[in-house]
Amino acid sequence: MADERQIAEDELQPAPVIAPGYTFGTVTDQIASVVLTRRTPVFWIACFAGGFSLLLLFLWAVALLFAKGVGIWGIMIPVGWGFAITNFVWWIGIGHAGTLISAILLLLNQTWRNSINRFAEAMTLFAVACAGMFPLLHMGRPWLFYWMFPYPNTMGVQPQFRSPLVWDVFAVSTYATVSLLFWYVGLMPDLATLRDRAPNRWARATYGIMAMGWRGSAKHWQNHEMASLLLAGLATPLVLSVHTVVSFDFTVAIVPGWHSTFFPPYFVAGAIYSGFAMVLVLAIPLRRVYGLQGLITDKHLENSAKVMLATGLIVGYAYILETFTAWYSGNVYENAAIWHRMTGPYAGAYWFLIACNIVAPQALWFKKMRSTPVLLFIASLVVLVGMWLERFVIIVSSLAQDYLVSSWRVFHPTRWDWATYVGTIGLFTFLFFLFIRLLPMISIFEVRTLLPQAKVEEEAK
Amino acid sequence: MMKPPIYGVMAEFDNPTSLVNAAREARERGYRKLDAYSPFPIEALTEALHLPKSKLPLIVLIGGILGGLTGYLMQYYVTVIYFPINIAGRPLHSWPMYIVITFELTILFAAISAVFGLLAVCGLPMPYHPAFNVKRFERASRNSFFLCIEAADPLFDRKGTEDFLESLDAREVCEVAH
Repeated sequence: MADERQIAEDELQPAPVIAPGYTFGTVTDQIASVVLTRRTPVFWIACFAGGFSLLLLFLWAVALLFAKGVGIWGIMIPVGWGFAITNFVWWIGIGHAGTLISAILLLLNQTWRNSINRFAEAMTLFAVACAGMFPLLHMGRPWLFYWMFPYPNTMGVQPQFRSPLVWDVFAVSTYATVSLLFWYVGLMPDLATLRDRAPNRWARATYGIMAMGWRGSAKHWQNHEMASLLLAGLATPLVLSVHTVVSFDFTVAIVPGWHSTFFPPYFVAGAIYSGFAMVLVLAIPLRRVYGLQGLITDKHLENSAKVMLATGLIVGYAYILETFTAWYSGNVYENAAIWHRMTGPYAGAYWFLIACNIVAPQALWFKKMRSTPVLLFIASLVVLVGMWLERFVIIVSSLAQDYLVSSWRVFHPTRWDWATYVGTIGLFTFLFFLFIRLLPMISIFEVRTLLPQAKVEEEAK
Repeated sequence: MMKPPIYGVMAEFDNPTSLVNAAREARERGYRKLDAYSPFPIEALTEALHLPKSKLPLIVLIGGILGGLTGYLMQYYVTVIYFPINIAGRPLHSWPMYIVITFELTILFAAISAVFGLLAVCGLPMPYHPAFNVKRFERASRNSFFLCIEAADPLFDRKGTEDFLESLDAREVCEVAH
C-alpha cells in the first residue's frame, strides 16, 4: 500500500532538476573545484587559446581602423550601417537570454534556472561588451564617444534627446550597468565560499576582498533575497525595453522595410531566440567537459530547447506578418522592399535565414531532438547563424535599395569587416573562459536551495 | 560600558531544521542579540529571529523616483532652456520623446540604490568580524549552520548560555573571541 502511494507520488512529481545524491558539501566542492584546482583541462586551454588568437585579430583590425578610419570597411552611402550595426544588434540580442533566465524566470519562480543563471548572466555581460564595441567603432572618431552624453561643454551643444540613437546610448549603458550589478550581487555569497575554501593566501585575499566580508548571516540573506527580487523586477522591464529601443533605431526611420510598428516585439523575440541558442552552445560542451551533468541536467537543455522553439515560432510569425503587411499596405515601396529581399541581391541570405530560423528549428518538436545534446548543439549553431543573417538582411537589404533607384548600391563586406566581427567572437570567448576559470560558473548557493535537505521540516514542537 | 571578555558563544548545527528550532528557542528564552549563519537563504529563519522588515524596498523606491526626475528634468532643461532647437515650430517640451530616457534612468538609479542599499543595510564591506575567529566557521559557506548569541545580550552568561546552546541538539558549541 505504502509502495503504491510512493509510486503514485513519484509519477506525480516532475523529474528533479538536480540529479539525486548531492549534499550541500558535494555541490559546493564540485562547483568550486573547477575554480580552485591547479589542473586546467585541455579543452579550456584550447578554447582560451582560440579566443585569445581571435582577440588579437580584433585588436589588429581596430588598430587599423583607428589609423585609417571606417573606409577600411565596406560601408558606403546608402549602406552606412553595414556589418557594424548588424553585429551590434546580434550581440545585444544574445545577451537578452541571460537576463531572461536570471530575472524573468526568477520572478516566475522557475527554480530550474538556478544552475544555469550564473553563466547565462556572464554571457549577457560579455555579449553586451562585444555589442558596445560596434557603435563605438562605427563612430569614425571613437575617442570622442563621450560627446554622446549630456555634459556641460565649451561647444555649447547637447545631444538630441528626440533621437532613438541617443535613447540607445542610455538604454545600452543602463543595461550593461544593471547586468553587472545583478551579476555581482548573485556572486557575493559564492565569492565568500571561495574565500573560505581557497588553498592559498593570494586567492583567499582576492576572493575575500571581492566578497566584502559576506558571512551568510540571517540578516544578510534576508536583504540579499529582497535585493535579488527587486533587481529582477527592475531588469525585466529593462531587458524588454533595450531591444525595443534598438528596434526604434529602425522603425523611427522612414526607410521601407524598417518603418514598422511591430518591430519591438519581433526584435525581443528574436533576441531571446538567439540568446537561448547561445546558452545551449555554451552549456552543452561545458557540462560534458567538467562533468556537470548532474547539475545542468537534460531537463535544463530540454527546457531551453522549448523556449527556443516557442520564440522561434514567434519569429516565424513575424516574418509572415512582415510580408503580409507589406502586401496589405498597398504601399509600393514597402512591397518593393520585401520583393527585393526575396529576389534581389540578398535573396540567398534571405532564404538561408528562413531555412535556419523557421524550417530547421521545427525539428525541436521531437523529444529525441531535444534530448540529444549533440543535435541540440548543432541546432543552436544553426539558429545563431540564422539570427545573424536576419539582422544583416533587415539592415543591409533595406538600405541598399530604398526610394531612389539611381542611388542603389550593393554592400560588399571587406576582410576587415569580417576580422572585426570574428574578432568580437574572440573577445567573447576570451572573457567567457576567463570567467569559467576564475569564478564559479554555477550559482552554488542557489543550487543548495534546490536540494531536498534544504527544506526546513515542520517541527512537532 | 565595559567590553565583555568574549564576543559571544556559537553553536554549530548540521541541518537547517535544527538551526531554525534553536533560533526560535533562543528567542523564546529572551535572548535578543543573536544572529544565525547559513550557507543559503532560509525563509523560516527570518521569522524565527523576528528580523525587522527589510528597508530595501523603500530605498529602491526613492532611488527610482530620483532617477525618473533626473531623467525628465535633464531633458527638459536641455531641450527647452539650455539648447532649444526650433524644428518647424514644434513644441520644445516634447514630453513623449522624453519617456525612454526617463524610464532608463529610473531603472538605473533604482538598481544602483538596490545594490548600494544592500551593502549599507548589511554593513558591508566589513573587513573584520569576530565570527571568523571560529575555526569551523569557514563551513558556514559550505554545509554548516551556526547560531551565535552575543555577549552584549543582557541575558548573556558565559556558562549558562553555553549550557543552553548545548541542550539544543548542537554539534559543537564554542566561544567566539573578539
